[in-house]
Amino acid sequence: MPTQANYAALDGLHTFPRLLLHHAHVRPNAPAMREKYLGIWQTWTWSDVAERVRALACGLAELGFKRGDNLAIVGDNRPHLYMMMAAAQCLGGVPVPLYQDAVAAEMLFVLQDAGIRFVVVEDQEQVDKMLEVREQVPSIEHVIYDDPRGMRHYNQPFLHDIHELMEMGRIHDRNHPSFLNAEIEAGHFDDISVMLYTSGTTGKPKGVCQTHAAFIAAARGGIEVDRMDADGDILSYLPMAWVGDHLFSFAQAMVAGFTINCPESGDTVMTDLREIGPTYYFAPPRVFESLLTSVMIRMEDAGKLKQKMFHHFMAVANRCGADILDGKPVSTADRLQYALGNLLVYGPLRNVLGLSRVRVAYTAGAAIGPELFKFYRSIGINLKQFYGQTETCAYVCLQPDGAIKFDSVGQPAPGVEIKIADNGEVLVKGPMLLKEYYKRPDATAEACNADGWFLTGDAGFLDAEGHLKIIDRAKDVGKLVNGAMFAPNYIENKLKFFQYIKEVVCFGHDREMVCAFVNIDVGAVGNWAERRGIAYSGYADLAGKPDVLQLIRECVEQINGTLVNDSMVADSQIHRFLVLHKELDPDDDELTRTRKVRRNFVSEKYKVLIDALYGGKASQFIETEVKFEDGRRGKVSADLKIIDCKTFPIVKKAA
Amino acid sequence: MSKKIGDVILDLQNISLRFGGVKALTDISFNVREHEIRAIIGPNGAGKSSMLNVINGVYHPQEGKIFWHGNERKKMEPHMAAQQNIARTFQNIALFKGMSVLDNIMTGRITKMKANFIEHALWFGRAKKEELEHRKKVEEVIDFLEIQHIRKTPVGRLPYGLQKRVELGRALAAEPSMLLLDEPMAGMNVEEKQDMCRFILDVNDQFGTTIVLIEHDMGVVMDISDRVVVLDYGKKIGDGVPDEVKNNEDVIKAYLGAGH
Repeated sequence: MPTQANYAALDGLHTFPRLLLHHAHVRPNAPAMREKYLGIWQTWTWSDVAERVRALACGLAELGFKRGDNLAIVGDNRPHLYMMMAAAQCLGGVPVPLYQDAVAAEMLFVLQDAGIRFVVVEDQEQVDKMLEVREQVPSIEHVIYDDPRGMRHYNQPFLHDIHELMEMGRIHDRNHPSFLNAEIEAGHFDDISVMLYTSGTTGKPKGVCQTHAAFIAAARGGIEVDRMDADGDILSYLPMAWVGDHLFSFAQAMVAGFTINCPESGDTVMTDLREIGPTYYFAPPRVFESLLTSVMIRMEDAGKLKQKMFHHFMAVANRCGADILDGKPVSTADRLQYALGNLLVYGPLRNVLGLSRVRVAYTAGAAIGPELFKFYRSIGINLKQFYGQTETCAYVCLQPDGAIKFDSVGQPAPGVEIKIADNGEVLVKGPMLLKEYYKRPDATAEACNADGWFLTGDAGFLDAEGHLKIIDRAKDVGKLVNGAMFAPNYIENKLKFFQYIKEVVCFGHDREMVCAFVNIDVGAVGNWAERRGIAYSGYADLAGKPDVLQLIRECVEQINGTLVNDSMVADSQIHRFLVLHKELDPDDDELTRTRKVRRNFVSEKYKVLIDALYGGKASQFIETEVKFEDGRRGKVSADLKIIDCKTFPIVKKAA
Repeated sequence: MSKKIGDVILDLQNISLRFGGVKALTDISFNVREHEIRAIIGPNGAGKSSMLNVINGVYHPQEGKIFWHGNERKKMEPHMAAQQNIARTFQNIALFKGMSVLDNIMTGRITKMKANFIEHALWFGRAKKEELEHRKKVEEVIDFLEIQHIRKTPVGRLPYGLQKRVELGRALAAEPSMLLLDEPMAGMNVEEKQDMCRFILDVNDQFGTTIVLIEHDMGVVMDISDRVVVLDYGKKIGDGVPDEVKNNEDVIKAYLGAGH
């Protein structure tokens, strides 16, 4: 498929290595990357980064890395791993980031599919995984590691310390000074810049090949809409294999020239967030949700006066905060109150959240609750949504400032065209579309129709002002026996907006009523239980408490009350539910690595529970195998109570 | 295993320790070699912690001789042990609960600080420069033990397993040549034990630290120790590499009871 990038407008900066050299030339001393090491933030300037990328690229060339080779990257967000991406691109190679928390067996497919010869990993843990799969992936020739800790006794000749690689590269560069420049010159905007594997909600993962032109176009569009510049900071903490991180932390940083900051470790993200105070922040809804949950938990433990103050000013913010942010007219009295609230509550709260300096915060990946969304906007954080997928460089729709609608994902981004197919599926076209699926012409042909439209697989519609609203995955939208539409995600998301509920799976397609599995949020429900003096030993115990079941039941009935008012989904009220005895977990294949429910897998695995829900039973015994982090297996069992909920009669509007 | 076990650095000969009429230790002799992991095991009340306290200078045995690097050790006190680069952790955690993890580990550097009280109080001269150096060392320990996320957390708020790790951190901050660990894994779950084992092995491997540890978990002891001493009722009933000790009749009797 031809990409339609208008490369004339790219000022010759049409590949990422060229952009890197450009920044090293224009702003050599500005910070490009930061990483916290031994408790202190270390900075690399753009010229440092360019020098290291050059050394790394030459080192790779010395080891035999060639144009068209794929470089697997496995690890947490580390400056050296981002540099390796650029280094591979300098040589006309393709970085292939993998999800770092996957076990070796899960990486096997991607490593084989991409024919990986070179792997760069973060640390010993990932090296061990590579050693584990090396037998099955004989193509692996070299493994380069960033962190030498614990590697003293590894003497395999194909293992290299990244510093050793850089030294090798520097020597190579001295002997062949014109080599790398020629390689960068040979890079073309239509070359593949990165290959990102889809998370595989259905079937085997597919390698999505994106060109330099596509990602640069997506990055430029976003930068234009949000007027971003080189003077900014982003915290890079989401998996490097995820398209959003590649767009924000790599593509946009390379185009705009702002600074990426790598947290010390996965556990320190909240502290690092406060220390860096990013100007540009991205988090999936669940992160915003858990931030809010932790604030609410702490507020409930706060003194009476503080609670009063908090609730008073949150009510003010709820009334006018979002409108003030959008620049809409607001009465002077409210403005004054809001200013006072800003001083006493919102400002300190933003500071605690680490979002004091944020100019734009984004969320995507799943639907965000209107209450949650409104909360952040009302305290003055410019939280917005975007819509996109791996195949579109995470770039289809953006919410422009001043025109935010809580229930839409915004308007088509610059250069993007949108069309709704007859079956309700969203189709998109633009310069950011994928070039192809790696070695899968069949899948490529299936995903793009003859006119060059990409089929997103999402069901949605455009409203009167051209804002896109997404209802559900097109294939998930089913029908109840009586013919009414059943959009499971839509109902699940409504329920997940309760702080007590972490995950929901709804069933209803080809059934006479809707039933649901619920996972409680241990943090929030645990705190709730403690304040009521309910003792519990762990998730399974807490989930089985009658008081907890009653709490969840109230949540479900409240949602039934709102569903009944919307004629499209009134039939989808939840009749019966149960609270699962274990949390759905990616290690047990119940969720994808991006924490989306694997619907079919879950309904297969817990078939006996579904039968009990629809069979009218009052309880059901279940035993489930669970996988621990270290790979051992165990069993959990429970006798689950099934709860009937109140539903509301549907009032048909007079025709 | 690639590590080299060196010469005897601590030699205990015919140690007996009495509290009034109670005999805690009777005529015990064993030695510790450089870079090895030496375990002391035994049933409750066997005298394991007393043994550690003798090494550490808390208790003074009535009989017997102690040689440290070939020199006979006269009367000694715990702070002298610290100066001789012997660090320890305790069976019941002995941290400053109200202080942060960072500050607790910093206290492990105290014997290395040269600036005087006035300099520290007024934060000038050597004190300032010194603290930066010590802080760097402490940060290396934090990085080593992977506790960055709790750096500023008061110790009292941490779960037990992490407190144990912090205590190990404080001992490591002293850059000891010998580390005494009193039941480092007591009360831990399987995962925490695995972590702790890995840290102990890493300390031994990367820094060459000699480790003397008391532990109840037989699986752990047999897996990580180079040599094991077995005590029962204050007497030594076994000594040797784990396999030897496992098959020693007296040891089996002491652990499983005479009836078996």
